[in-house]
Amino acid sequence: MATFLIPLLVLCPLAASLIIFISTGRMGARGVGTVACAGVGMAAVLSIIVSVILLSGPATGEVQVTLWPWMHVAGFSADIAFMLDRISLVMILVVTIVGLLIHVYAAGYMQDDPGIARFFGCMTLFVAAMLVLVLASDLLCLFIGWEGVGLCSYLLIGFWYDDPANTAAARKAFYMTRVGDVALLCGLLLLATTTGSLRTGAVLAAVTNGQVSASGVSMAAFFILAGALAKSAQVPFQAWLPDAMAGPTPTSALIHAATMVTAGVYLIARLHDLFAMAAPVMALTAVLGTLTLLVGGCAALVQSDLKRILAWSTISQVGYMFLALGCGVWQAALFHLMTHAFFKALLFLAAGAVIMRARHEQDIFRLGGLRHAMPGLTVAFVAGASALAGLPLVTAGFYSKEMILSGVWHVRFGLTRDWSVTGHPLWAMALLGAFLTALYIFRCVFIVFFGKPGTVAAGRTSRLMTIPLGCLCILSLFGGVIEMPDTLPSLHLFSALLDPATPLSHADEPVWLVLAGAIVPLAGLALAWMLWGRPSSVMHGARTGGGLDARHDRLAIWQHIPDRASTAAGGLMRAASVRVFTIRAGFLDMLARWGGSIGDRGALLLDRLHNGRMRWYAAWIAGGLCVALAVAVLS
Amino acid sequence: MPAFSFNDTLVLAATMFSVGLAGVLVRRNMVFMLMSLDIMLNAAALVFVAAGARWHDATGQVMFVLILALAAVETAVGLAIILRLHAHGRPTLDADAGNLLEG
Repeated sequence: MATFLIPLLVLCPLAASLIIFISTGRMGARGVGTVACAGVGMAAVLSIIVSVILLSGPATGEVQVTLWPWMHVAGFSADIAFMLDRISLVMILVVTIVGLLIHVYAAGYMQDDPGIARFFGCMTLFVAAMLVLVLASDLLCLFIGWEGVGLCSYLLIGFWYDDPANTAAARKAFYMTRVGDVALLCGLLLLATTTGSLRTGAVLAAVTNGQVSASGVSMAAFFILAGALAKSAQVPFQAWLPDAMAGPTPTSALIHAATMVTAGVYLIARLHDLFAMAAPVMALTAVLGTLTLLVGGCAALVQSDLKRILAWSTISQVGYMFLALGCGVWQAALFHLMTHAFFKALLFLAAGAVIMRARHEQDIFRLGGLRHAMPGLTVAFVAGASALAGLPLVTAGFYSKEMILSGVWHVRFGLTRDWSVTGHPLWAMALLGAFLTALYIFRCVFIVFFGKPGTVAAGRTSRLMTIPLGCLCILSLFGGVIEMPDTLPSLHLFSALLDPATPLSHADEPVWLVLAGAIVPLAGLALAWMLWGRPSSVMHGARTGGGLDARHDRLAIWQHIPDRASTAAGGLMRAASVRVFTIRAGFLDMLARWGGSIGDRGALLLDRLHNGRMRWYAAWIAGGLCVALAVAVLS
Repeated sequence: MPAFSFNDTLVLAATMFSVGLAGVLVRRNMVFMLMSLDIMLNAAALVFVAAGARWHDATGQVMFVLILALAAVETAVGLAIILRLHAHGRPTLDADAGNLLEG
C-alpha cells in the first residue's frame, strides 16, 4: 500500500506542475490556483495516509521503494529509490501541509499577477523536487531533488524579471548555492569511491563499520557540511538569502523560510551517524551555527525592510538548527525545523498581506500604527513574532528552542582522544541570540503595528489568505506542546516519534536552565518595548522638559548599546571584507595579467607562422615530416 | 631483367623528390612551383613502379596511373587559379605576393 502511495506523493505536485506549464495562458488565474492547490493538497492527504500506515507499523519500520535502476557499472550503482522513515516522515508532513497552506494563500495573493501560471508551475515543481529530496534513499537521487529545489528557487527569486535587481538577486542565489552544490557532490563522490553505492543505509553502515578511513569520513562530512551551509545560507554563504526576498512573498515563505533553506539541516540530520564519526566537523558545525545565529540577529536588528528582517531572522534560526546538529541533538534540530516552518511561514504570509494592503510599502519606518487598520493581521503577526522570540509556555518556538539550548548545555566536543571542550560558551551565545531574536522581532512589531500611523491601508485581506494565516497561527502557537522539557510536564512525543529506540535523555536538567530560556525572550521583549514601544520612547521623536530629560538620556544610552555593538560588528566585517576583496582582486589581477601576456605572445608567434606564404607552409610541412621520420627511425 | 637495381631506383627517386621540393621552396614563380610539384609526384610514382617490379605486383603500376591522373588534375587546377588571378588584375606570377587574401 505505502509502496504505491509514496511515488504517487511525488507525482501529484509534479503532475500539477506539468499541467500548469503546458496549459500556460489558456487557464484562468482561478483554474491555475485550483490545480496547484489540488496537486499539493493531494500530496498532503497522501502524506497523512502514509504517516498513519508507517506509525501503525513497528517502531523501527521504514518503507523502501525502488522505482528503477539508474546506473550500474562495475564498482558503483545508483537507483531511483525512495525511502520513508521517521525523519523523512516529519519532513514530508511539514513540506506538504505548510506547502498546501502557502499555496492556498498564494492563490489569493497572486490572483492579479499576469504570470500566475508560471508562478504556480514553479511552486508545484518545487514541492515535487523537495519531496524527492526528502524521500530519496539514494544520495544521488537526493542530489536530483537538491538541484531541483535550487532551480525553482532561482526561477522564483527572478520571477519579476523586468527589474534587473531581481534577476541579479536570482543569479546571486544560484551562484552561491552552486558553490555548495559542487562541494556536496565532492563529498558524495568521495563516499561513493569507498562504498560503491550511495544508498543511505549502505553508506551509513560502511561508515559505522569502519570501512571508510577516519580522514575520509572527515573530508566527506566537511564537504557535505559545505553544501548544507550554502543551501541553508549560513556563514560564510549567508549573503544570498536577504537578496532572495526579491521574489514574491509566498515564495519567500515556502522556499526561503519553511523548506528549502532547511534542506541542509535535513541532510545532516539524515547523515547524523556519519557526522557523529567526524568530531572536528561537528564542532565546526556548532561554531558556524552559533556565529550565524549571532550575525543574523545583529543584522536583523538594523534592517528597515520588513522582508529583509524576516530573511535575516531565518538565517539566524537556521543557525540554531546547525548549532543543534553540531551538538549531536539532531532531534532538536528537526523539531526546531518544524516549528520554524510554522511560525516563519506565518510571519512571511502576514508580512505579505500587510505589504500588499499598504500599497507595497516594505519600509517599516513608513508603515506604522497598523494595529487599528488591520487587527486580524496584527494578531497573526504578533503570534508569529512571539513564537519566533520563544515567549515561554504559549508558543511553539519556546519548546523547540528550549530543546536545543538544553542539548547544547550538555554537549562536550571530543576534539581529540583526550581533549574535549564543553559547550557552555556556545550555550551562552545561543542565549544571547535568543535575546537578540526577541529584541529585533518586537522592534519590528512595535514599529509596524503600534506607534504613529504611517501609510494608509487599503482594501481588505481576502478569505483565501486569512484561512492559511489562521491555521498557521494555531500551529505556531500550539504546535510545540508535543515535546516539553522535563521540568514541565514531561512529554516527549516528538523525539519518541523520531527515534523510539533511543529517546533523548533529559536527565539532570537543572531548573534554572529552563528558567533562563524562558526569561531571556521576555527580557528582549521588555527592552524592545522600552526602546520602540512606549509612546514616549526616544524613537518617536525627542522631547524636552517635563522631567523627561533624565529618562531620555538614560534611554538614549540604552538605545545606543545595540547600535554601537552592531556598528562595531559591521565595521569589523567591513574591514575584513575589504581586505579579502583587495587580496582577491590583486590575485585575480595578477592571473589576468599573466594570462593576457601569455596569450599575447602566443598570438604573436602564431601570427609569424601564418604569414600566408605558400612556400613557408610547404617548408613547415617538409620540416615536420623530416622530424617525424627522424623520430620514427631513430627511436 | 630490370635495367636498374631497386636501390638505384630509390636513390634516383629520392634525388628527384629533393629536386622537386627544393624547387617548390625556392622558386617564387607559380608555374615553376607547379612543375616542381609534378617532379615530386613523379618521384613518388617512380617508387611505386619500382616496388611493383621488385615484388612482381601490378598494384604499383595501378598507383602510377592514379598518380598521373592526380598530377594532371593538380596542374589543371593550378593553372586555372593562375589564370583567374590574371583575370582579377594581378599581373605577377609571384606566389609570395598573394599572401594577404585581398580577393
